[in-house]
Amino acid sequence: MLLRHTPDTISERSALVVNPAKTCQPIGAMYAALGIHGCLPHSHGSQGCCAYHRSTLTRHYKEPISAATSSFTEGASVFGGQANLLQAIDNIFTVYEPEVIAVHTTCLSETIGDDLNQIRDKAEKEGKIPEGKHVIGASTPSYVGSHVTGFSNMVKAMALAAEKTGRKNGKINIIPGWVEPADMEEIKRLAAMVGVEFILFPDTSGVLNGPLSGEYHMFPEGGVTMKELRSAGDSMGTLALGEWCSADAARALDSAHKVPCRVLDMPFGLQATDRFIDALRTVAGVSVPEEIAHERGQLVDMMSDMHQYFYHKKVALVGDPDQLIAMTEFLVSIDMCPVHVVTGTPGKRFEKRIREITADMPFEVNVRAAGDMFLLHQWIKNEPVDLIMGNTYCKYIARDEDIPLVRWGFPILDRVGHQYFPTVGYKGGLRLLEKILGVLLDRKDRDASEESFELVL
Amino acid sequence: MATLKKKMVQWDPTDIKEELLRKYPPKVARKRAKQILINEAQENETPEISANVRTVPGIITMRGCTYAGCKGVILGPTRDIVNITHGPIGCGFYSWLTRRNQTDASAEGADNYMPYCFSTDMHDEDIIFGGEKKLAKAIQEAYDTFHPKAIAIFATCPVGLIGDDIHAVAKKMREKLGDCNVFAFSCEGYKGVSQSAGHHIANNQIFRHVVGENDAEKPGEYKINLLGEYNIGGDGFEIDRILNKCGITNIATFSGNSSYDQFASAHKADLNTVMCHRSINYVADMLETKYGIPWIKVNFIGAEATAKSLRKIAQYFGDKKLIDRVEAVIAEEMPAVQAVAAEVRPRTEGKTAMLFVGGSRAHHYQELFGEMGMKTLSAGYEFAHRDDYEGREVIPNLKVDADSRNIEEIEVEADETRYSPRKSSEEMQKLEDAGFRFKHYDGMIPDMDKGTLIIDDLNQYEAEKLVEILKPDVFCAGIKEKFSIQKLGVPMKQLHSYDSGGPYAGFRGAVNFYREIDRLVNSRIWGYMKAPWQETPELSATYVWE
Repeated sequence: MLLRHTPDTISERSALVVNPAKTCQPIGAMYAALGIHGCLPHSHGSQGCCAYHRSTLTRHYKEPISAATSSFTEGASVFGGQANLLQAIDNIFTVYEPEVIAVHTTCLSETIGDDLNQIRDKAEKEGKIPEGKHVIGASTPSYVGSHVTGFSNMVKAMALAAEKTGRKNGKINIIPGWVEPADMEEIKRLAAMVGVEFILFPDTSGVLNGPLSGEYHMFPEGGVTMKELRSAGDSMGTLALGEWCSADAARALDSAHKVPCRVLDMPFGLQATDRFIDALRTVAGVSVPEEIAHERGQLVDMMSDMHQYFYHKKVALVGDPDQLIAMTEFLVSIDMCPVHVVTGTPGKRFEKRIREITADMPFEVNVRAAGDMFLLHQWIKNEPVDLIMGNTYCKYIARDEDIPLVRWGFPILDRVGHQYFPTVGYKGGLRLLEKILGVLLDRKDRDASEESFELVL
Repeated sequence: MATLKKKMVQWDPTDIKEELLRKYPPKVARKRAKQILINEAQENETPEISANVRTVPGIITMRGCTYAGCKGVILGPTRDIVNITHGPIGCGFYSWLTRRNQTDASAEGADNYMPYCFSTDMHDEDIIFGGEKKLAKAIQEAYDTFHPKAIAIFATCPVGLIGDDIHAVAKKMREKLGDCNVFAFSCEGYKGVSQSAGHHIANNQIFRHVVGENDAEKPGEYKINLLGEYNIGGDGFEIDRILNKCGITNIATFSGNSSYDQFASAHKADLNTVMCHRSINYVADMLETKYGIPWIKVNFIGAEATAKSLRKIAQYFGDKKLIDRVEAVIAEEMPAVQAVAAEVRPRTEGKTAMLFVGGSRAHHYQELFGEMGMKTLSAGYEFAHRDDYEGREVIPNLKVDADSRNIEEIEVEADETRYSPRKSSEEMQKLEDAGFRFKHYDGMIPDMDKGTLIIDDLNQYEAEKLVEILKPDVFCAGIKEKFSIQKLGVPMKQLHSYDSGGPYAGFRGAVNFYREIDRLVNSRIWGYMKAPWQETPELSATYVWE
């Protein structure tokens, strides 16, 4: 047993987190910043943060993750990090020549009280920011929220780069939230199919799923450009996918430039995708093409064909709030039963949303925001499930308890494909069902006696 | 082999160095120039390199931090200590199972906390009002849930800034709990200039709080400790297999596949053997001063190096039975290694490598490449000090700068009751006269060819330039460097985590490594980077239609 010390008896812990279901803000900010074209993320703190975030993102995306650090030592921690950041900005523009540097803070620079805006202004005054280049910044102390909050804060910083000229650009801003590069690609494909002109930000497609060609580009083709971001203030409206990841940015655009916004769930599964497509249609005043209805029908087809394998199967889920909300709804829509749902990210509304979605289910649901995977494991020990969905760390629980696992969420360190194959939209729904069915049926085959082992489905 | 690789025209090393520095602002260039060395090691003279100095802000370094060196590297591989990270959630999360420290916890009733991550998950109110109470509570909760024999606490950046006294909390809780050793590490990420500072802080506290705690005699005729071996990919298992076969007892590995009791009994060994001297040579020194155990440098990376190290251990004990046994083991193990070396050699001979890892690996692994007929064009360390490059003899000449001064040096004296020199001074002298060297290691510089480039704290920009200019057949570094190098069409082998491979230590490890490098440098994959239509010039008319 790998997790041999996890007891069945649950005792409340108020100080010790065991096997966290979240990590810290800066990594989310770093990921979001990679979705800007020509952007070098910069971690304002000591070296370790940047190294850890780059390592984790590299392991998840299997792609180069370039990011710089202010390389604080003890001196900077005592006297403040201004000198380090000014020097860093100068060096970065000279050596790497990015279009934009997206700075995020760490618990270290936040605790000593470095003011990013003031340092940025100083850098500008001192001529350290070349003409036409940009430095944007987000405050992301590690002791607040989670990686999801950090993502949201950097996306908000991107939204704040918008300028209103008064001339409408005829576009819709789409904020996809923390989804995979392949998902961002899929969201763009769907929006284009509906016939909507859009600005998607952040957009990591083409940045974190790039080809191998014998050439290394620190700044690949993908990403939302600063020009696009600046014009986001002239858009007709904003669709924010995910309350936790995207709503703050959308609301910031609304209050700064009166760009109206709608906050939707992330388009995982049938119903959330339906709402996304419908929202695109109504805000842009277009009609949905038949191809999309066709894709939708294919998903409904698989849902009905395979219903017997899904019906009333119990699932334990762990991940990030926006993903979990949409996934829980999807599972309920195929009559599966999410019985344990944990996110590490705090937020009271989360528990409420999950309870609403699962209200008519025949099993009571355990749900916890600001929980950890130790608690999830204990819940599973007390009420076993047929399937676990979550990040790579779930494999320890899955092995110990002998439960099928679908890897989903962040980080996935030991499998590939998530950067290339979308799980959003109807096509993504098909892929999710395929993955779920795959593990459930593998399990059925494995456990079948010789006389009941069958060829056909 | 069909690759598109075109070797560049011969570059002069001076031009390469100039090219690496060309784009830097003058101040950065001046600093980097001292860390980039064209090797001109002569027989009695080793050139000087600048190392263990601060990384320039904004430069994309390969380095990590002090916390990573302390919690991740040194304490990470010990299975039965509950390691609580005191800080916001990130540091604990990122150091959770990410270093591939394998451990054998199969013994009945063995504790194994390595798959767990423990953190106080500090929130803003803890930063404002202080986190000591939460830490004490977390220790209590860990104790109540797990009843471990030891709990270790690791400070993250904000803990040092807000002034939480983690050592006082540890002491209080140790007294309160009674049967659980609680100790703390002031390993805030900003201390020092790299993870090296963290190794030092970790080793000091292990020495202070654990070593010597168990005085029970350990069985075994030839008892050693293995210092600076972390059991990545099962390296430590392979070394233990060989030692067992030779009849040598390994009391404690610091810290691969280790347990609390191993550290507690380390003073019972009769010889300390040091693998990664960078991370731990000071523990060897302290063990000698306090308990009288001499130390030697060993290297189990490479079959020849393994044989040499085993002979060195046998020579130290000086017992014919052991010397014969070691020779018998080498004779038994070597044919299989040589067979594979001979098999791969026609495919690897003359190929080239670059190594930029850790504080010893960039040196040790050159031996393995050498066994395959491969040449190292350039190498350097991520967190080394000058002695790792130039040899231990430079230590007295090292300047202690402000960053190093922040790292505690503990004063050690001979233990009143337990100090006992393992060899008399005459015996030691006799060994030394026979060419045996105690307390010594060579640096990397004298081992590398003239004209090769030795670069400290390599960064992404320089790595890319080096690869473009010299087109090595394989580049060795860590996960952060892996994919940017591979985009350039050069296979990248991780030597921190071994790309899920290994073991690479010992005899079987050498075989694994030969096969792995053969696979990498001869893979067909790198020949597919350009599509057929990208290799021929653009056509102005169709001519395939007859």
